[in-house]
Amino acid sequence: MKNLESTMAGTVFTVNVAIGEEVAAGQVVMVLESMKMEIPIEAETAGKIVTINANEGDFVNEGDVLVTFE
Amino acid sequence: MGETKAYNDRLEEKLASVYSGGHAKYHEKMKEQNKLFVRDRLALLFDNGEYIEDGRFANVEAGDLPADGVVTATGKVNGQTVCVMANDSTVKAGSWGSRTVEKIIRIQEIAEKNRVPMLYLVDSAGARITDQLDMFPNRRGAGRIFHNQVRLSGFIPQICLLFGPSAAGGAYIPAFCDIVFMVEGNASMYLGSPRMAEKVIGEKVTLEEMGGARMHCTVSGVGDVLVSTEEEAISEAKRYLDFFPANYTEKPKQVEPKAIKEGRTLEAIIPENQNAPFDMYEAIEAIIDEGTFFDVKKLFAPELITGLARIDGRAVGIIANQPKAKGGVLFVDSADKATKFISLCDAFSIPLLFLADVPGFMIGTKVERAGIIRHGAKLIAAMSSATVPKISVIVRKAYGAGLYAMAGPAFEPDVCIALPTAQIAVMGPEAAVNAVYSNKIEAIEDPKERLKFVQQKHAEYKEEIDIYKLASEMIIDEIVAPSDLRAELTNRLRFYEDKQIVNAPRKHPVLPV
Repeated sequence: MKNLESTMAGTVFTVNVAIGEEVAAGQVVMVLESMKMEIPIEAETAGKIVTINANEGDFVNEGDVLVTFE
Repeated sequence: MGETKAYNDRLEEKLASVYSGGHAKYHEKMKEQNKLFVRDRLALLFDNGEYIEDGRFANVEAGDLPADGVVTATGKVNGQTVCVMANDSTVKAGSWGSRTVEKIIRIQEIAEKNRVPMLYLVDSAGARITDQLDMFPNRRGAGRIFHNQVRLSGFIPQICLLFGPSAAGGAYIPAFCDIVFMVEGNASMYLGSPRMAEKVIGEKVTLEEMGGARMHCTVSGVGDVLVSTEEEAISEAKRYLDFFPANYTEKPKQVEPKAIKEGRTLEAIIPENQNAPFDMYEAIEAIIDEGTFFDVKKLFAPELITGLARIDGRAVGIIANQPKAKGGVLFVDSADKATKFISLCDAFSIPLLFLADVPGFMIGTKVERAGIIRHGAKLIAAMSSATVPKISVIVRKAYGAGLYAMAGPAFEPDVCIALPTAQIAVMGPEAAVNAVYSNKIEAIEDPKERLKFVQQKHAEYKEEIDIYKLASEMIIDEIVAPSDLRAELTNRLRFYEDKQIVNAPRKHPVLPV
């Protein structure tokens, strides 16, 4: 199981994946909005999404686990 | 005749033992770790593998400590004379005795007198504790190596190639260098080993986690360039060295210009939507000579790019926001990264090019507690006090103190150029309208009316910060079409070549760190 963490504090703008979805390395999993900027959060490695821990509109801090995948 | 031959034989015999380094089993171990013998490293580094050496017979009487575990050499690299110290880890794990330390100090003195770059090829377990009184606390003990490094900083380039451990006090050699290359898997830096950490503070941790090359190049920022082999470390160090003059009194050399890499134009790369990310690396490639980019601290604080490159054959130091990473927002680490890079370029007469697309410094509890204000101040101080040619290009947005950090108009750049996509303001339109009209916006009950009001205020704000208005007020010096930017930069770098700023006398500024 691998964690994908938020790179900075911000609000979840879009969730681009669903539980059970296979993602490729470099695929945008979520987009945060922070400092009025869109911040794409990319998967570091390929894998299957197991949990999604934040919904659109949620505040997340730097280091918070956004999704887990295997 | 017979007597001469006997003398020669004795010399040959001694030299053979010096050149062969430590015991065969340690050579075997190095091979297993994909490490090269110190003399093979030097053969790769120097032009034609040629160099002269001092202190070959250091500690020769000991019998088992050839060259006392360090080779100190002078030779040419890319045609430039350089001095080198290189640990031999087949000799007592490259540890330092008194003669090891004396040899390192002497090669530093040779580099100083000849005003040539100093390279440190480090692979050492640290001090020989059994010899501590001879090499640790004295005037010409290990401390003098670091003292010399500090004195030589900015006088000559100092480069560290880390092939193995750099432990305890020895870890300050890389720390005082301009740049540190680390070989993944073998290079490490730490004050206390994992074994010591477990004994003294009870922490269980691996060497790789605590002081490995990847950790230092991505998290701590103590390492600058992560490479996968020793050969790559040497060839990359040569490429880096080529950007630098021999010492601070000289200028970087100019080489044959090259055309830009084939690819999309700047117009195509930069999105119109100010908030949408794009890859600043692609934009950099669209203005520099193909294949010349040398990324410094690529993996550390990727929201800010710092790298050396050539434009029309001239060396330039680029500081560029990366909207693709953390929106290009400036953080504590990005400030550290830029500060050292600016100071490096300024010390050796490499002009600075700022490419701004920055929403500002990060806000929030986390960064305030980490001292973002003093870190930002440090970056602004370094940029502000740099006297090399300084060109500021506003690519897209430059908001708040982000404008200041990226050499905005108040910081005496030689020119502040805006692309037509530039947007300079205290804050972006959305944030500004919220800040000024939040009470009014909330008071409007009809959502349609509210949206209409907000949109109208956005439009007014955008008009207020229109780039032609700023040009008309002479806040920015020029507006240049993206397709003309490279030609514009080429000319400006040429015309500003002999720029001189003489500062009012003082001892030195008080650093805001």
